Amino acid sequence: MTNASETTLARPARPGFRIDLRTAAPFIALAVLLVFGALLNPNFVSAANLINVLTRCAFIAIIAVGATFVIAAGGLDLSVGSMAAFIAGSMILVMNSMGSEASVGVIALSMVIALGIGAACGLANGLVTTVGRIEPFIVTLGTMGIFRALVIWLAEGGSIAMKDQELRAVYRPVYFGTVAGIPIPVLVFLAVAAVAAFILYKTRFGRHVLAVGSNEDVARYSGIPVGRVRTLTYVVQGVCVAIAVLVYVPRLGAATPTTGLLWELQAITAVVIGGTALRGGTGRVWGTLCGALILEVVGNIMVLSDLVSEYLIGAVQGAIIIIAMLVQRSMMRRA
Amino acid sequence: MTSGNIVLEGRGLHRSFGPVEVLSGIDLVLRAGEVHAVIGENGAGKSTLMRLLSGHLEPTKGTVAIDGAPCVFRGPVDAEHRGIVLVHQEILLAPHLSVAENIFLGREKRRGFVVDDAVMNREAAAAVRELGADIDPTTTVDRLSIAQRQLVQIARALAVEHRVVIFDEPTASLTPVEADALFDVIRGLRARGVAVLYISHRLPEVKAIADVVTVLRDGRLVAHHRCDQLEPVDMARLMVGRDMANLYPVSAPPPPDAPIVLEVRDVSVPGFVQNASFHLRKGEILGFGGLIGAGRTELLEGVLGLRPSSGEVRVKGEPVRFRTVADSMRAGIVYLSEDRKGKGLLVGQDLRTNLTLSALDRFRRGFLLDKAREWSALDRAIAAFDIRTRRRDINAGQLSGGNQQKLLLAKSMLIEPEIVVIDEPTRGIDIGTKAEIYRFVAKLAADGKAVIVISSELQELIGVAHRVAVMRAGRIVGEVAGDRMTESDIVVLATGVAAEAA
Repeated sequence: MTNASETTLARPARPGFRIDLRTAAPFIALAVLLVFGALLNPNFVSAANLINVLTRCAFIAIIAVGATFVIAAGGLDLSVGSMAAFIAGSMILVMNSMGSEASVGVIALSMVIALGIGAACGLANGLVTTVGRIEPFIVTLGTMGIFRALVIWLAEGGSIAMKDQELRAVYRPVYFGTVAGIPIPVLVFLAVAAVAAFILYKTRFGRHVLAVGSNEDVARYSGIPVGRVRTLTYVVQGVCVAIAVLVYVPRLGAATPTTGLLWELQAITAVVIGGTALRGGTGRVWGTLCGALILEVVGNIMVLSDLVSEYLIGAVQGAIIIIAMLVQRSMMRRA
Repeated sequence: MTSGNIVLEGRGLHRSFGPVEVLSGIDLVLRAGEVHAVIGENGAGKSTLMRLLSGHLEPTKGTVAIDGAPCVFRGPVDAEHRGIVLVHQEILLAPHLSVAENIFLGREKRRGFVVDDAVMNREAAAAVRELGADIDPTTTVDRLSIAQRQLVQIARALAVEHRVVIFDEPTASLTPVEADALFDVIRGLRARGVAVLYISHRLPEVKAIADVVTVLRDGRLVAHHRCDQLEPVDMARLMVGRDMANLYPVSAPPPPDAPIVLEVRDVSVPGFVQNASFHLRKGEILGFGGLIGAGRTELLEGVLGLRPSSGEVRVKGEPVRFRTVADSMRAGIVYLSEDRKGKGLLVGQDLRTNLTLSALDRFRRGFLLDKAREWSALDRAIAAFDIRTRRRDINAGQLSGGNQQKLLLAKSMLIEPEIVVIDEPTRGIDIGTKAEIYRFVAKLAADGKAVIVISSELQELIGVAHRVAVMRAGRIVGEVAGDRMTESDIVVLATGVAAEAA
C-alpha cells in the first residue's frame, strides 16, 4: 500500500495528454496509407488529388461524427444512409415547391427544414429505442427500410431533381466553392467535428453520453436520465445526417433511390477504425474523422492503381471494419 | 475420526495478480474421508486457494499434487476428470433449461443421435433426492428458489466421478433447515471416503461439520488445527488477528425524540416486497437484516425511485414521490448499491469521471465542465477517504474492492446527502478497510445525517446499527434494538422459526 505522500506525486501535469497507442493507431494507419499511395502513384500526393479526397469524404465524415455519439452511448444507427436519401429528397421537393424566385432565402429556409427533418428522424429512432425498449439494431433496421421506401415513393421510382437551374447555380458553391483555397465541405466537416468534440469532451451531456455507454446501470443509479441522453444521441445523429445532406444536394442537385446506399456501413466503419469501441463508453471524434479519411484514401488508391478492381470497394470497406474489430479485440486483451 | 490417505495436496502455493501477492506459502493436505474447512475474512485468499486446487488458476509458485504425484491442471475440466469438483458459490445454471438439462449440460446422455430425456430425468430426480430434496427434474431452473438452485448445482457437481469435493460458502443463501440437509450430504460424502474442502466464514457451522480447520489471513496460513481443539471464538480470533471489539466504533443512538427524516408506509414493490413500513430518525443508523432474496435491496430501491413501487413516502414530514433516482438525490437521499462494479462505479472510466458523475452540476461553468475543479475534488476525496492509489489517472476498475467502496462513498457524499443508504457496505473488503468504513458510517450519524445499512453479516448489523429491521419473504417481520439486538434474535426473525414455534 502506498502512503499519503506518494499519492500526491503521480498525477500527470496534463491528464489525458499521454500518447496512447489506441488513440494514435488510426492516425498512424492513415500516415502509412499516404506513404503507400505515394509510392504506388506519384499523382496520389498531388494537392489537387488530396483536396479531392478530403472533399469526397465530407459526407461520411459528418455522418460518422454523429454516429460517434450514438455508438459512444452504446447504441447503433443503421438508418443513416436511407435517412440521408429521405432528407435529400424532401429538401429538394421543398425547394421545387417554393416558386420561381431563386434566392439565398429559399435555400436557407430549405436548409432549416432539412435540419428539422433530420432531427425529427433521429428523435423517432431515439424514442422508439428508449420508450419502446427495443434493441437499436432492430429499430434502425426498421427505419432504414421505412426511410428508403419513402424516398422511392416520393420519387415515384425515379429521381428527384432540382428543377430551377438558377437556384442550382446559387446553391452550387456550397459543395464546389472554396474559402481561402479550402473546399467548403472540408470546412463544414471540420466545424462539425470541432463542435462535436466540444460537446462530447467539455459538457455535462457529453459526460453523460460516455457514462451511459460505459454502464447503463451505473448511469441510472447515479441519477442520469438515461433515456433522454440516449434519445438525444440519435437526434445529434439525425442533425449530422441533415448537415451532410446540405453539402450533398448541390453536388448532383438530385436524390435517387440509390442515394446514400451503404453509407451506414461506411459511417460505422469510420467510427470503429477511429478507435471508438462498439460496446460504448468511449468516443473519439477526431479518430472518427481520421477513419472517414482512411476509407476515402483506400478508395482513392484503388482507383489510381490496378491492385484491386474498384468495383470491389464495398468488399474492401467491409473487410476493413472486420479487421479493425479484430485489432481492437486484441488490444483489449493485452490491456 | 481416523484419517485416510492423502488425496490432494498443495505444497508451498503462491499466487500473485500482477504485483499483488494474494496467497503465499500455503501448505494444505486433503485426506480421504475428512472434511477440511478453510476459514478467513473476505480477501484472506480463500477463493484463490480454492481456484488453485480446482484448476481455475495456476499457482505462481509451488505445486499441487494428487496421490503424492505433482500435477499441473490444464483447466477446471482437467481437474474434474481427475475427480476434483467444485461447487460454486454463485449460481451458474442456465435459467431457461430444466433441472435435468442443467445437471447433464455438456455431458448429455444420448441414444443414437438424440438426447435421452427419459434417462436423464430419472437420474436427475434420483440425484436430487439423494440430497434430501424433492424437485421435479423437468421444472425450468428460473422457477426454483435460490436454495433449490443451490441444490441443483450441487447435484450437477456430484454427477461426475469425484474424489475431492470443494464447497465455496455453500450456505450463504440457505435457511438453517436447508443448511442442515446440506450437512447430511457432506457427512454422506465423508462416509463414502470422499475428501471435502469446505470454505466458509460461518464459524459455528465449521465447528459442526469439519474435522480439521485451516485459517488464512492476508494470504498466509496462520493456523492449522483439529476442529475439536478449537471453539468458534478461537477461530474468530485467529481469522481477524486482533481483538474484534475494536472493529466497531462506539456510536450512541439518537435521542428518542429526534425528528423523523424518512417515513415509509405500506410500500410494495411488485414481485418483491409487500406493505413495508419503517421510519428513520436524524442521527440514527438503521440496519436491515434478512436472508438473501428477502427483499431488502428491492424495498429501498423501490422507495428511492429505482424500481416501480406503490405506497407512501415522507421526507421530513413532506409526502414525496420519487419517479427516478435523480428525484431522491434532489431530496437529499443517496443509495450505494451492493453491486459496486455493476451499478456503483464505471469500472472502465477514470477516478475523476466516477467521483463527479452524480454531481456534475456542481462542476459546471456555463456549458463547460470545469476539469480543474474536478481534479481538485478528487485530490480532496483521496485525502478525506484515504483512497490508496499510486496514480490519479487510473480506471476505477483498477482499485481494490475496499478502495472502490471508498471512491463510491466519496462520489455519494458529493451530493451532500441528508440520508445515506448503504447496501452491503463491506462485501469483498479487507478487514482494515472495514473498520474505516464503520467509523465513517458512525461519523455520518454523529454529524446528524441518517443512515440505513443493509447487510447479510449479522455481526456487522449488530456492531454498527442502533436498530435492526428484519425482512423475510418480502415483508418486514420485526425489529430489534438494544439488548434484543442479538444474532439469534435476528436469525429467528429472518428464517421464520419463531413464527412456526408460536
